[in-house]
Amino acid sequence: MTPVLIAQLLLTFFVFFMLLNSAAVMVYAERKVAAFLQQRIGPSLVGPKGMLQPMADIVKLLFKEDLRPAAADKFLFVLAPVVSATAAFAAFAVVPFGAETTFFGLLDEPIKLQVADVNVAVLVIFAVASMGVYGIVLAGWSSNSKYSLLGGLRSSAQMISYELSYGLALAGVLVVANSMSLTEIVDGQSGTWLGFIPRWFVFLQPVGFLIYMTAGLAETNRAPFDFPEAEQELVAGYHTEYSSMAFAMFFMAEYINMVTVSAVATDLFLGGWHGPFLPESLGWIWFLLKVSAILFCYIWVRWTLPRYRYDQLMRFGWKVLLPVAAVNLMVTAAGVLYFAR
Amino acid sequence: MLFYVFASIAVVASLLVIAQRNPIHSVLLLVASFGALSGLYVLLDAPFVAVIQIIVYAGAIMVLFLFVVMLLNAPVEDTEYDQKVHPLLRQGPTRFGVLLAVALVAELFWALTKGGGESGAFAGGAVSSVRTIGRSLFTNYSFAFEVTSILILVAMVGAVVLARQER
Amino acid sequence: MTPTLSDYLMLSGVLFAIGAAGVFMRRNLITILLSIEIMLNAVNLTFVAFGRALGSADGQIIVFFVMTVAAAEAAVGLAIVIALYRHRESLNPDSFTVLKW
Repeated sequence: MTPVLIAQLLLTFFVFFMLLNSAAVMVYAERKVAAFLQQRIGPSLVGPKGMLQPMADIVKLLFKEDLRPAAADKFLFVLAPVVSATAAFAAFAVVPFGAETTFFGLLDEPIKLQVADVNVAVLVIFAVASMGVYGIVLAGWSSNSKYSLLGGLRSSAQMISYELSYGLALAGVLVVANSMSLTEIVDGQSGTWLGFIPRWFVFLQPVGFLIYMTAGLAETNRAPFDFPEAEQELVAGYHTEYSSMAFAMFFMAEYINMVTVSAVATDLFLGGWHGPFLPESLGWIWFLLKVSAILFCYIWVRWTLPRYRYDQLMRFGWKVLLPVAAVNLMVTAAGVLYFAR
Repeated sequence: MLFYVFASIAVVASLLVIAQRNPIHSVLLLVASFGALSGLYVLLDAPFVAVIQIIVYAGAIMVLFLFVVMLLNAPVEDTEYDQKVHPLLRQGPTRFGVLLAVALVAELFWALTKGGGESGAFAGGAVSSVRTIGRSLFTNYSFAFEVTSILILVAMVGAVVLARQER
Repeated sequence: MTPTLSDYLMLSGVLFAIGAAGVFMRRNLITILLSIEIMLNAVNLTFVAFGRALGSADGQIIVFFVMTVAAAEAAVGLAIVIALYRHRESLNPDSFTVLKW
């Protein structure tokens, strides 16, 4: 067991642990930010400034009775939240969050701050996003209730429709960066133009960034695209019949999907861990700041915009977002051809 | 070693696919089989094909199958004979099917072991990257690529027309 | 021991046989379509294995096209199954014996 191997194992556990923590932090942040946007205080009783509220939520969920409807397909009923949560965690395996580091000289050779460095990392993220659809479809089906089935089918139809625009926005970045490996894409964004404008891809691909964030909102079933799980519409959509730990897993899977989409957006468009004033080895601080900014925008959008109706949502995805993404890709390809001459 | 793990998962999952009564279980087992095949493609130095297999087959085609099975909501066979006798043990085409499958496998085994020792280890290190595949796809095979796009368009139109409700 | 080309060919032959057996033995349209997908995957595996053994990228390119064709065929096949089910309320191919619609 060489030190490098031990370091990589520890890194894997660390990433898993931090993702779990991020779900808890997101629960608290969402409620606080929503409260401030609505000019109230939000959770403030449990712990200092309400910071132990996620603990209280988790304890409450654990103590709830674990229901299981009678006529449901038992194996699929139990499998669905597991699939959802696994897909949410698995996508983060290829996301790098810092430069190569030797942990202040403890290791002989530097390791990357990434669980697995594959050279088709962007495609892997897309593939895992496709697998996340199964959790929802199986949850809707195996609950054997009409609200769940409708919610599940609508939710998964929405996810696969917006996957196309998601993929085309990713393809725009691939054309500019000339590589599919996330580490190389981030390395292509180091340095500055004119001394102060960082070479982030968001300046080369502004439309692509907007498309990616919109499709990311729809992929993670967040407002304004959260019709399938809206409380006023379909009771609670595909997770109506779930309670206690299984519901917690769906909840957690949704937040971790948000974190993954934000992390990938940071790597692809906002320069990853590059930033001024800090040495490269502390770049993960910039990464955290950028991901937090995007997550704040997620929450901000949720509590500001009204919800799209389902047919409006599908019409927007197919008739507006997909053509814009395709045209963006064509213009990007033309631009790269012209300027690389 | 990994080859045997993935190969056994693929074979067992495929056997269970044709042996299940409930079509939803068949679809999910086939997704597992595709995952194992994707692992085999990675072992064969084809990471692009492996990821495309997950995206296209396991992530799109199987979701389509799942949607159709759920929307049709067809009851699993309901006559008495069908409930008593397992689908793979019934008369008629079953015996022919079993004979055909066994004959195919036996023939293949004979052909592979008889053909001399030249079908041996793989040629060393022929790693084809996404870059070479893309370049070859858009230069040598560009006509087939364009025809494929027309094929998909035709299939889309055909599927929409066929599945439309009669007024 | 590292797997050889014949190991891969044997595996894809077994998968193809399983798919063919499924097409013959099952009397449920959806399962028949699934067995056809198993056969197509076995063929894909053969192509990639030979492409690796001969050191060319052509095997993977053909797989790309086979996957596209399989997707188109699955879509049209499922649309036909939907139309047939709407008409006769059955997924058993034996109930579609009369040429009259």
